Order: sequence, then structure tokens, then C-alpha cells
Amino acid sequence: MTGYMYPNEIELQWSLLIVLYPYITGLVAGAFILASLERVFNVREVQPTYRLALLTALAFLLVAPLPLLAHLGHPGRSFEIFLTPNVRSAMAMFGFIYAWYLMVVLLLEIWFDYRQDLVEWSTKAKGLTRWFYRLMTLGATDVSPRALRFDATAGRIITIVGIPSAFLLHGYVGFIFGSVKANPWWNSVLIPVVFLFSAIVSGIAAVLLIYVASCRIRRVQVDMLCLDKLGSFLFYALTVDFSLEMLDFIHRLYAAEESIKILSAMVTSRLFISLVVLQVLLGTLLPLLVLAVISPAFERRAIVPVPPAWRRRIFVVAALLVQVGIFCTRWNVVIGGQLFSKSLRGLTVFKLQMYGLEGFWVSLALLLLPLAILVVLIRLLPPWTNGHAAPAPLNAEARLS
Amino acid sequence: MADAGTGRQAGQVRQTGDPTNANLDRRDFLKTCAVAPIAGVMLYVVRVAAGEGDQRGAAYKATDHDYGMAVDISKCIGCGRCAEACQIENDVPHEGGYCRTWVGRYVTTIDSETIVQTIDKPKPAVDEKTILRTFFAPKLCNHCAKPPCVQVCPVGATFITQDGVVLVDKEYCIGCRYCIQACPYGARYLDPRSKTADKCTFCYHRVTRGLVPACVEVCPAGARIFGELHDRASPLARYLRFSKLQVLKPHLNTEPKVYYANLDGEVR
Amino acid sequence: MAQDDRTGGTGDHHGRRRIPQQVTRLAVLLLLFAVALVVARHYLIPPTFGEIGHYRAASVGEIAARPVKYAGREACADCHQDVIEVHSRGRHQFVGCEACHGPAAAHATNPTDVKPRVPRERDFCPRCHEYDASRPTGFPQIEQATHNAGQPCITCHNPHAPAPPTLPSSCAACHGEIARAKAASHHATVPCTRCHEASDQHRDVPRANPPTKPTTREFCGGCHGKDAGGPPEIARVDLARHGQRFLCWQCHYPHTPEVR
Repeated sequence: MTGYMYPNEIELQWSLLIVLYPYITGLVAGAFILASLERVFNVREVQPTYRLALLTALAFLLVAPLPLLAHLGHPGRSFEIFLTPNVRSAMAMFGFIYAWYLMVVLLLEIWFDYRQDLVEWSTKAKGLTRWFYRLMTLGATDVSPRALRFDATAGRIITIVGIPSAFLLHGYVGFIFGSVKANPWWNSVLIPVVFLFSAIVSGIAAVLLIYVASCRIRRVQVDMLCLDKLGSFLFYALTVDFSLEMLDFIHRLYAAEESIKILSAMVTSRLFISLVVLQVLLGTLLPLLVLAVISPAFERRAIVPVPPAWRRRIFVVAALLVQVGIFCTRWNVVIGGQLFSKSLRGLTVFKLQMYGLEGFWVSLALLLLPLAILVVLIRLLPPWTNGHAAPAPLNAEARLS
Repeated sequence: MADAGTGRQAGQVRQTGDPTNANLDRRDFLKTCAVAPIAGVMLYVVRVAAGEGDQRGAAYKATDHDYGMAVDISKCIGCGRCAEACQIENDVPHEGGYCRTWVGRYVTTIDSETIVQTIDKPKPAVDEKTILRTFFAPKLCNHCAKPPCVQVCPVGATFITQDGVVLVDKEYCIGCRYCIQACPYGARYLDPRSKTADKCTFCYHRVTRGLVPACVEVCPAGARIFGELHDRASPLARYLRFSKLQVLKPHLNTEPKVYYANLDGEVR
Repeated sequence: MAQDDRTGGTGDHHGRRRIPQQVTRLAVLLLLFAVALVVARHYLIPPTFGEIGHYRAASVGEIAARPVKYAGREACADCHQDVIEVHSRGRHQFVGCEACHGPAAAHATNPTDVKPRVPRERDFCPRCHEYDASRPTGFPQIEQATHNAGQPCITCHNPHAPAPPTLPSSCAACHGEIARAKAASHHATVPCTRCHEASDQHRDVPRANPPTKPTTREFCGGCHGKDAGGPPEIARVDLARHGQRFLCWQCHYPHTPEVR
């Protein structure tokens, strides 16, 4: 500890688990926005990732409350958020936004999209899975064209409703931080927006990685048109995200309010590696430049044309860097906001525990758990066929990779 | 002295010619003498039970009160008895350095540099010759009238009472720590034993019994004054009248109810 | 209402639209969920919640019922009237009994078996009275190492009426910060009384009888004027030209008068 901290501030309140939560919900929101690109905005090229994105979102959404529960002093009382929510508190909205998003948006959309397949699988499967599929159909076994048209329309409406819901799911987390007037690092109008766009960035990157990995595992050619499109959207989202972050940064430096001294000291000492190196340079600028150069985002031609196989590898590396960068964004917001004193006179250190509920290993497990759940979901609800639309006719050469 | 039983005055003789009446009257007289004091005592007991006599038995009405506090920076001698008394009175956990109230030492040097340290830490190593101003500033929960901590609690476990004291319901708090983040003054901490948020309560269990908070009780310099904000005659009223008052972080509009007299601008 | 599942026929011969099967199934699910929520709310919300505000009203009483450890100085008066008599007239009249004697509520309820501490050690009083630069000017402070070293404070000072046996002979007894600053300055050999007149009453009731301060420039000019006598090391100024509108101490702090 250097300088002066209020006695109760020396120990951090929110640690690794609270860094995880916005990261995970960010992936959920981002994956869903990607899926909605196809469904609502008719971006045909990313069709192969539509169902995969939905399942990814579901897998991460199921894990999302776990870091919160692990962090609470009394997780057994957590249901109080549903019983007596304080409507003035952003955090109280967690229960409702999460429940709404999980049940009304994500589960319903998956259900409507898969229903026809579920009915088919419930007749063909054997044993326990047969019962599972029957249960999942909820008894709605009508697969007449009229019913299927209803499914398609309902899915579309839900996706349209789902876009602002996804914004809300991750935006309210940003608001939880952005509305704390006591903390000058958090108190900013831009934080909810920055959170949202970094969520979209991380979601697109995550689906990109999972798509490439799943093709590898299934020994299937990667659809390069799809991957190029993902790369383009990643580039657009990164541009907006970087612009917003730079806007926040420039505004702080320019206005130079009272807190600027201690915040600058914090960024240059405690947060140098996680912010300057990992978040900005490696996590945003480098992928941005690389994508700008190789991604065929400008009228289907890249500035530097690169053969598909190499493009694929570079996309993967860029996506990995982006994940690291976005994780560091969450880290810098959550941990950074607690490293300096509200007296603006001192800095403390964050001691990362290895073991224990707030430790490194538990967080790693919570990050890997959604992938395990995703594997199970893929087994149960294979996303390789298209739900609501026939596959888009694609150029044969473009498919090779 | 009226006889509670028969209504006759003590010693009054029945006006009949019956010779046996004299004996009866004497008996009555003796009875009266015995009964009256007992009746009197019973009446007194009834009055006390109704709360007219001893104030300590009267029921406490929260809506009749609005508590506040004043801290006089020019009086604080930095002895730390307030923090010690608070720790004893309220069972504040030792481990982890948690404080419901603490005192900071402020030293401003001739180079316009201000060094701050809590008094339980070693003194800042400053050459006395270079000191321009130095003083102590006690801190505690400000029991804001617009508390940001109450605003952010997701479940309603922290609240402001009708008498203006911000409290935490230990049985309901889920330990999310949002209130601790939202407090601009660093007044809150998580009690590691109950895993719930905790903070200064203005010694609510004392003030509702007519006592003052423990820190106010033991301050030897009279730097802390506690009382009703809307009484026209009280030590607090005198302070509010005669002192130039400030509150901490007024720009955050939390409307703190701890008023600092003779506060230096270096205090955050 | 026949539902023609297999053929998918319109079935709306009478102009009524059939509710799709998906909707009915989902509606049932939603209804079950809503019922579960209502039942849960009824049983799980604590009984006094919301009575006064958005909190459990019973917790106010729970917090107010906590035990008291400090009795308050009024409680001591019930039995220790003799000490109160002395204490209320002395310098410690505004110092609460429990400031020194510790929490005494247990003693107040059980006077014979529980006794509060009686601090008689020498290192107890310096907690308040040891010299500290941050303590307010005029608060009585001593340098523990040199002030009757080794002896308990109560040898000379009755803690309930701690007036010193003799009035302080040196100003440094209360004005430690000033004395230390002056002792390291150019005015080290200038006694306090050279510039300040302090009556005996000042040593007894300080704030009601403040000492005097020089009121003319010529006073400082007595040593610092161009024509003043005295050793050549003393700094000299031309009083007619140097800061004519001010008294000297309005700029120069006389206890550390060095300009650089």
C-alpha cells in the first residue's frame, strides 16, 4: 500500500469472481447479437454459426450466476433479490433481467428454432434421450406448415426483442459500475456503452473460436465466407469499441478532474501491464490492425490478400488476443476501481489467491465449465443443420480452406 | 386524607346514638390508617406503569427524533479513544483493521504537500520545521439523508430509520458488498464473522435509551457532539448555530448529517 | 374444438383462429411458474418486511436491543457523588468517567463484583497529554521523557481535578509546538515574555485571559530597525520602506521568522 487509504479500503471487496461475471455475460450478449445478425439482418454468410452461437450463449448464461453465488456472503439468501428487490438498485435488476433473458429470450428462441428437429428426434431416438426430446417438445408436436410458419415468425420476433434484451443483460452490469458516483474510475456515462461493445467483440470472437474448433473436431472444412464475415464484424465491433474507450480516456485526461492524479498513478503503476499492454496494445490495437489488413471487409477485398489457411490462423490468433483483451478490460474496471483510495491519496495492491472460492483455480473452472456444458448441448441439440432456413448457396471455391 | 374505601374522612365519627358505633369507628379509623397508605402506593405504581413518572420506562417513538452529529476539528487531539470505545461497545472485529470510526492525521508542509495517515499507523516522517498546518480529523459514517448505500442495496437490507440513522439488517444482508462500493466515505466494511455489511450505527442501541454514542461519551476533548438536528436547544444546536460548518464531499449530494466545524480543505 | 394435427388443416371453418399448440403449451408453463412465484413470495418474504419502508421492520428493534457496555457519566453520579463534586470543578470536567475508567455498564449493574479499571501507570496519561505537533495549540502537553521522569502522573496531579500543583512556569507546557519551532529558529534566545504579556490568570483560565501581541511596527523595529542597536547578525530593514501598511507579524511568523 502506498499513500493513504481509508482503513476499510485496504482489502478489496470485489475480486476475480466479479471480474468473471461481466466477462461471461458479455460473451452471452455478444454471441446472441451475432446470432441475431443472421436472423434479423439476414447476413446469410454467418448462417453456419447461427445455432452454434445460440448454444454458446446458453452454455455461458447457465454458468453466469455461479461466480455471483460463490462471491456472496450468504448465497443461501440470494433468492431475496426475487422476493424484495429494491427497484432503485441496478443490482436488483439482475434477477429479472437474467430470468427474462434466459427464459423468454434464449430458451424460447432455441425452442422455436429446434422444435421441428425435436419432434423428429423424439420419434427416432432411443432410450433416455427419447424421453428428453419428448419433454423438450412440451407436447407441441404439430409440425404442419402452418405451425412451422408460426415457429419462424415467433423466432424472428423473439430475436428482435432479444437484441435490446441482450443490450440490457450486459448494459445493466455496466450501469452497476457506471452509476457509482463514489468511485471516479467507475463513474462514467460511457461505461455501460463500452461494456456493451466489448461484449459484442468478445462474443463474436468466442463464436469464431468455437466454430473453428468445432470444424477441426468434426474434421469438416471451415466455411471461409462465414469466417471472413465473422472477421469483418469483429473488425467493425473492435473499431467502435476502441473509439469509445479512447473517447473515455481522452475525456478524462482533458477534463483533468481531481481524481486524475491518483488514477494516472494507478494506470502507470498498478495497471500498466493489464491495461496498457494487454488491453490496449495486444488486445485491441494489434487485432484491429491485423484485421484491418487481412480481413476482406472492404468490398470483399483485403488490403493485403492472404491465402485462406493463413487467414484462418490469423483470425484465430486475433480472436484469442481479443479474448485476453476483453478479459483485461473487465479486470481493469473491477479491480482497478478498488486499487485506489476514495480519499484520492493512496494505492493498494490486489493479492490474487490461488485456492479458495475467490481463487484462481475456481475461476478457471468456471471459465471452462461453459465449454463442457456446450459439449453436452451440442450432443443433445446438434447445431449443424439449419433450423429455419435452407443453406445459402455458396461459391464452391470460397468454401475451401 | 380521603379514605379510598368508604369515602369518609379519617377519624370521622358516625352521627348515631348507637353506643357500639364508637368501637366500629375506631376500627374503621384503624382500617383507614392502614389502607390509605397502601392505596397511595398503589396509585403511585399505577402512575409509573403508565409512564408518567420515570422517563426510562416510556416507549420510544422514532418519528420524534432526527439524529445528527458535529465534529470539531480544532478540538480533536488524536488520542483514539473514540475508535477504541466503538470497538468495545459494538464488538467491531479486530482482525483486518476494520473501523466503524477512525481518526486521520493531516500534515501540510511548506511545499504544499499533504500527508495523511490513520493514527494507529506510525507518524509520517516529516521534519517539524517544514510543517505548515497539521491536525486530526475523525471520520465515521455520515448517516446521509440521501444515502447512496441504501440506494444500491439490491434486497433492502440496509435502510434509513425514521429517526435518521442508517442501519444494516444482518439477518437479511446477502453480502454482495455493493453498499461498501457505493459509500464515498469508506465507512462500511464486510464483517468477516457474519459475512454481512457492517458500519457505524450511531450506537442506535444507546441513543434509543437516551444515551449518547460511545465515541461521543469517551471523547476527552469534546470534539464530537451528538444530538437532535431539529431541537432549538441542545449542544448540537449551539454548534450548528455558531460554527462554520462543512460536510465531506458535498458535490456528491449525499447530504451527510455529520457536520464538521473548522474543517480544512485538505480533508477528503 | 377438433385439432387437426397431422394434416395441418386450417380447421377454422367457422372463422375462428386456432391458438397454436406452441402457445398453449407455453402458456401452461408460464402459469405454473407464476403460481410458484406467488406461493414462494407468500411464504418466503419475512413477516415485517415493508411495514415502515423497504426493509424488515423487526430489525430496528433487534439492533436497538443490543447490550450497552458504556454506562454514560450520568450513571456514575448515582453512587460516586463525592468524586463528581471534585471532577465537575476541575480541568477534566468535560472528560467522561469512562474515558479513563473504561466501559462501566457491567459495574453499574453489579457494583460489588465488577470493578472498572483504575489507570495508575505513567504511560496512561501521555496518550492524551504527550506532545504531538498535530494537537491543537494550547492543549496542555508535556514531553514525557523530561517531565518528572519515572514518577506516576498521579503523584502530583489528581486525575479528577488535574490542575498542576504549581502553575506552569514555562509557556512550553501548553504551547509545545510554538516552543519547539522557536527553539530551532533565529528567535531561539528571545524569551516568550519579550513579546507577549501573559497574566497569571492566563495560566489558570487560558482562553478567557489571552496574552498580548505587539501592536506596532516599531516594536520589532527595536531590534530590526536600521538604526537599532544590538549585534550585527540581526537582520535589519528600513521600516519606512519595508511593508509599510502591515504589522510585521502579519507576514513574518515570529516563532520561525526565517524568510528562506
